[in-house]
Amino acid sequence: MNSPAPRSLKDVVARGLKRRYRNEQTFRLLGMSALAAGLAFLAFFFYTLIGNGYTAFQQTRFLLDVELDEDTIDPEETRAGEVLARANYLGLVREALGGLFPDVTARGDLRALYALLSPGAALELRERVLADPALIGTTQRIWVLADDDIDMVVKGHIERDLEESDRRITDRQLQWLDSLEAEHRVELRFNRYFFTAGASSDPELAGIWSATVGSFFMLLVTLALSFPLGVATAIYLEEFAPRNRWTDLIEVNINNLAAVPSIVFGLLGLALFINVFGLPRSAPLVGGLVLSLMTLPVIIIASRAALTAVPPSIREAALGVGASKMQMVLHHVLPLAMPGMLTGTIIGMARALGESAPLLMIGMVAFIVDVPSSPLDPASALPVQVFLWADSPERAFVERTSAAIIVLLVFLLLMNATAILLRKRFERRF
Amino acid sequence: MDSADAKSKNVSVSVPKPDESSQAKPGQAAAKKEYKTVGDYTAANAVMEARGVDVYYGDNHAIQKVNLDIALNQVIALIGPSGCGKSTFLRCLNRMNDTIESARVTGEIKLDGEDIYARDMDVVMLRARVGMVFQKPNPFPKSVYDNVAYGPRIHGLATDRASLDEIVQTSLERAGLWSEVRDRLEEPGTGLSGGQQQRLCIARTIAVSPEVILMDEPCSALDPIATARIEDLIDELKQNYAIVIVTHSMQQAARVSQRTAYFHLGKLIEVGDTDDIFTNPRHKLTEDYITGRFG
Repeated sequence: MNSPAPRSLKDVVARGLKRRYRNEQTFRLLGMSALAAGLAFLAFFFYTLIGNGYTAFQQTRFLLDVELDEDTIDPEETRAGEVLARANYLGLVREALGGLFPDVTARGDLRALYALLSPGAALELRERVLADPALIGTTQRIWVLADDDIDMVVKGHIERDLEESDRRITDRQLQWLDSLEAEHRVELRFNRYFFTAGASSDPELAGIWSATVGSFFMLLVTLALSFPLGVATAIYLEEFAPRNRWTDLIEVNINNLAAVPSIVFGLLGLALFINVFGLPRSAPLVGGLVLSLMTLPVIIIASRAALTAVPPSIREAALGVGASKMQMVLHHVLPLAMPGMLTGTIIGMARALGESAPLLMIGMVAFIVDVPSSPLDPASALPVQVFLWADSPERAFVERTSAAIIVLLVFLLLMNATAILLRKRFERRF
Repeated sequence: MDSADAKSKNVSVSVPKPDESSQAKPGQAAAKKEYKTVGDYTAANAVMEARGVDVYYGDNHAIQKVNLDIALNQVIALIGPSGCGKSTFLRCLNRMNDTIESARVTGEIKLDGEDIYARDMDVVMLRARVGMVFQKPNPFPKSVYDNVAYGPRIHGLATDRASLDEIVQTSLERAGLWSEVRDRLEEPGTGLSGGQQQRLCIARTIAVSPEVILMDEPCSALDPIATARIEDLIDELKQNYAIVIVTHSMQQAARVSQRTAYFHLGKLIEVGDTDDIFTNPRHKLTEDYITGRFG
């Protein structure tokens, strides 16, 4: 050191001050840039997700004048449900479309024309007639469902200026579509199938309802098992169990279990619940059991933290007036720890809701058309549905994948918001 | 505090000498320094009798061979420097030390002739008979009413709502809190002021009608006015209960207690009438402490 000896305290402090402030500045800048980068990625994620997904909430429909010909639907005027259900509605819709293009007569051309329509168009018409048989014999202006390829063209996901051989829509079909558009017979309308249907190989008829119900049943099983078990375990370990090598071992294992890859739990579920216990494959019950195994450590750890956070003075007060240990826990400690426990539980549940890997192991990756009515019915789950759609070749499944992710994220956000709300609401009551 | 501790260590070297000579147990003296409490640790009208009480926290010998009687209608103050074992001894009296896993208590403490550390002594029953007020006011985060009613409820002291109301009212009256909270019974007890909270805790303790009330520095978190109120209250309560109070304030000990016990490094050095101890301490350590030379 060549510098002269510091003259006074003021000088010594002043010399170091600049460096200290610079360090603080650097740290702040680093922190802010990290935050900015994180936010940018998040924004990009939401931008692409919503940009890809929002179109799935609408689908293309044609306005057609469908003549509900009595001779076709119910020639004997029985109005019996069976007869009405079996009638050839597809023919009626096709006729209505064909009527708009009278010059198309060749078989091949007609087939191409009819390909503009979704099989769902006939199903919708059947529902309508079954609901109101009085419609038979009249002509109805109906918005009928278009095929998913047409839908993609209308939404601009299939480019018109591609080579004809490179796209799924022929030039003629495009002409027909354009002429329908010119007559204002093409419109994007709300996609109710997306929210009410199960899996389907026709993208325009595919929806997330079945997967949502599957996820719901699964979470129900998970909650019913892991919350009481987790809370009881936490209470026992924290309040009653002696501190010794065994409880230390248990604690270490619980902490480790929280970090075990979820697919391992799936394998365990397959081996134990399905192969040994003989529970049904693809059932939300098994899914719920597996997710319980996964969620339990999370809930136990959160609950123990919540119990530790209750001040010892409350315990002493309860014991001091002669409460038994159980009374102390149930009357005083548990109510104070409950918000923390619930927060941990909801966060565990949110993780379980977003989990797909273990479900692949227990067969919940199946193609489920029907909506499950109990936890024992075969079902899929939301994240698995996302996985399945992401795997499908049709262009229309791309937007549905994004839309399903949006719905999944909305559920997760709602659950996390509930957790935050609970925490805010009951925080610091002592 | 540092200098005080250093001093106290210096002083303690000189302690055993007069004690050892009176003890006259040549075999054990080398292994363990025996000592003898100065003054009469017995009391007429004793509710609790502690004989040869040792407490260990793990390997730490927290209090050694303490003998002390707790008498009815009397306030006994436990004084001494920090870490001297007075709170530890207090917590032995209702077995609050049970909650500390490493704590081990030997010796004998009798409540009305029953050993409270005996196998058949129920700790819940014991704590109903020996109530405790803590250093920091710790009302339950419940209403004022529920705070006081909690003890009677869990012990089944009230058969109906009316008698419970009565217990709550008399307890709050005795704690000198009734007039202040009579209109706020449903408000949370944690919303009261510090002094009110501590009186609420006293009301909660006497609602169970204990025989003995233990107070662990009940005024250390309170301002002088609230302290004065609590001290008046302690004076009134001694009509009905035996009261043991741990305090850091010698003035407080002099004001509220009839007997005083001086603890030093886990030993009960001297016990006697408060007036005697403060005017005419017989042990050098006691004298040093109360004259403010350390602690």
